[in-house]
Amino acid sequence: MAVVSSTNSTVMNNVEAVRATLYEAMKNDERTVILGEDVGARGNVFLITKDFIGEFGERRVIDTPIAEASIVGIAVGMAMEGLRPIAEIQFADFIYPSFNQIVGEAAKIRYRSNGEYTCPLVIRTPYGGGVRGALSHSVSIEALFYHVPGLKIVAPSFPDDVKGLLNAAIDDPDPVLFLEHKKTYRLIKGEVPRGHYTIPLGKANVRKAGTQLTVVSYGLYLHWALEAAERLAEEGLSVEVIDLRSIRPMDKTAILNSVEKTRKLLIIHEDNKFGGIGAEISAMVAEEALFSLDSPIRRLCGPDVPSMGYAMPLEEEFMSSPAEMADAMRAMVKF
Amino acid sequence: MATTITMPQLGETVTEGTVAQWLKSVGDSVDKYEDFVEVSTDKVNAGVPSPVTGTIREFLVKEGETVATGTPIAVIDEVGAATLAAPAASTAPAAATAAAPAGPAPQAAQSSPAASSPNGSPAPAAAAVSELELEGALRGASPAVRRLAREHRIDIRAIKGSGSNGRVTADDVLAAARTGAPAPATPAAAAAIPPGTRTSTYAQPIPGTTVPLVQARKIIAERMVESKHTAPHAWSMVQIDVTNVWKWRAREKERFERETGFKLTLLPFFIRAVVESLAAFPLMNARFVPASAGGQPSIYVSDEVNIGIAIGLPANLVVPVVRGADKLSIKGLAIKGGDLIDKARKNKLGVDDLAGGTFTVNNNGANGSWASAPIINGGQAGIVTMETVVKTVVVRDDDSLAIRSIMNCCLSLDHRVVDGYVASGFLAELKRRLEAMGPQGDL
Repeated sequence: MAVVSSTNSTVMNNVEAVRATLYEAMKNDERTVILGEDVGARGNVFLITKDFIGEFGERRVIDTPIAEASIVGIAVGMAMEGLRPIAEIQFADFIYPSFNQIVGEAAKIRYRSNGEYTCPLVIRTPYGGGVRGALSHSVSIEALFYHVPGLKIVAPSFPDDVKGLLNAAIDDPDPVLFLEHKKTYRLIKGEVPRGHYTIPLGKANVRKAGTQLTVVSYGLYLHWALEAAERLAEEGLSVEVIDLRSIRPMDKTAILNSVEKTRKLLIIHEDNKFGGIGAEISAMVAEEALFSLDSPIRRLCGPDVPSMGYAMPLEEEFMSSPAEMADAMRAMVKF
Repeated sequence: MATTITMPQLGETVTEGTVAQWLKSVGDSVDKYEDFVEVSTDKVNAGVPSPVTGTIREFLVKEGETVATGTPIAVIDEVGAATLAAPAASTAPAAATAAAPAGPAPQAAQSSPAASSPNGSPAPAAAAVSELELEGALRGASPAVRRLAREHRIDIRAIKGSGSNGRVTADDVLAAARTGAPAPATPAAAAAIPPGTRTSTYAQPIPGTTVPLVQARKIIAERMVESKHTAPHAWSMVQIDVTNVWKWRAREKERFERETGFKLTLLPFFIRAVVESLAAFPLMNARFVPASAGGQPSIYVSDEVNIGIAIGLPANLVVPVVRGADKLSIKGLAIKGGDLIDKARKNKLGVDDLAGGTFTVNNNGANGSWASAPIINGGQAGIVTMETVVKTVVVRDDDSLAIRSIMNCCLSLDHRVVDGYVASGFLAELKRRLEAMGPQGDL
């Protein structure tokens, strides 16, 4: 379990950070309810809610049937009537049945009711590849939802951000889609401050400062981008890496400030390239900062194929590697 | 000056070119824009114009040889760059009646803008050709390079590029601006047309043209005249030791920028000191109210402290206002000020951002100004400047020497509202407060 590193923080991995934050939310606010497939008796497939049902009871930790539309639909009703539901979609690949509940209902409640109702709902879901999950356990879904006003989307990469942003998502009066990259669950460890704190939704974080190229990324790829940027630093090339953290609202200011400094922008994400988050960032920068650009904007993203393959070579073909990221960065710095 | 000519990129996907034929020999003179080599690629055959006027010193590639784009192919000894535009324009009419100037070979004359004019009115053709060729030279120049080249009046064709395939990068342009590279030659057409009939813009003025005033410029002109004519300006300056506040800023800078996304400059510290000094001298935060019909003139002492920040833009001057500046911490001032400066640069200031100023701060030192005499913003009692921060050896009270960061601070005041007694008291207060800030504390 967690190693105590100092009196003010604990070293955790991402999955422990999710568990600890959910536990505190359940402990501190009786309105908090967790519902989803296998979240109760099984304690979630990653053991995130292990023993929660024993401590908080089955009225607050609810095992649902395999029916994603119902999970979100029930949670929307709970949220509108004063509870603080945290719904789990077991894998992001299974979120599609609940699309109507998320997009058609949750995101529009405030508007539809003329502000009379809000929908303080968090939908957590593990996403992303690199775990040989193939067709139904490796998809990225953010681009399907980021077009929708009324919905916030968060994708933290580090354990301290997991806690701060999950707390902010729970506190938020409107629906938040909380994306957890499953490959980072146990891979990424870091210091997590003790006690309750939040990190504002919509604020990016410059994880590495640099002067010659701006890289925007999130999720697993953010870590690989940082690794690639460190390689370039050894070659004397200076790359700034921005952890987007929140996909919507998007932190335009952080991106524009950085691009105005470096004059070059590379967006790296695992989700498919066409119509992805990188497309929106590119368009935004082209609109706002064209005359600061000293090279074409580039996107290093997943190819436009239906899924990662199960076979290792096919998965590797789909995913970018730190080496590929370093090559793309080097080419842009030297452009 | 020797200019190295590289194999141009004649198309976006073209990576190499073949020297089909040298149109000149070593030792020949060549005019700027004159074709001196014919290059063939798998897509096009094209004459390549010389970027400079001069003498061919050396060919680095043989006819028939294929090299990568960006590879040096020839060296031309350039003659004085600054004299290019004028001779081209003045020889043009002569060319129609007399022989063309010595030098150009027949095929070169075809593409030499000045010499090719057949009818003695060369200007429009010359302009069209040179702009076309300029566009050709700019191809592959990024938006940032184009903007910086315009802002610094740099001819990017005269810069050696350090990017891939010899591309001129934004940093190359900035480096050229620092070392004083050649400015773009004025289009020959400009000189040939009577002065005053052509117009240009304030941001990109062209010699010999008229710049019509946009509305904002008209208002600036009117307000400046009005203020200078109605408010009798007096002037004073103090030297402020900003060593400690500078250290404080340096300590907080990185964290502040990371947390807020705004730069932490000296400005918010200065505004904080100004605001506190205005509280001690409320007459500096006042305005002269002329006599209305039948009434008496008066002075209105404002109960709000709204600080205008003068921001110079290429085509404009704007003074957005930090309202309620006395209620903001240094951090608050930095965020609000940073936001207004951002908006100003992006031309997004609203009416509310510009209204209600009671006193103005002008950060004048960025370009090295050491003292200045600003004009008061109408309806205020004063304007104060921050000049450049200079490290200076100073003699301290105990006769020891020290290296300190010193900033001049200049005040223009409306002498109808305040006299030297109040003004110098205000400046002394400002100096005392700013010198008491740092080297650490809470923002």
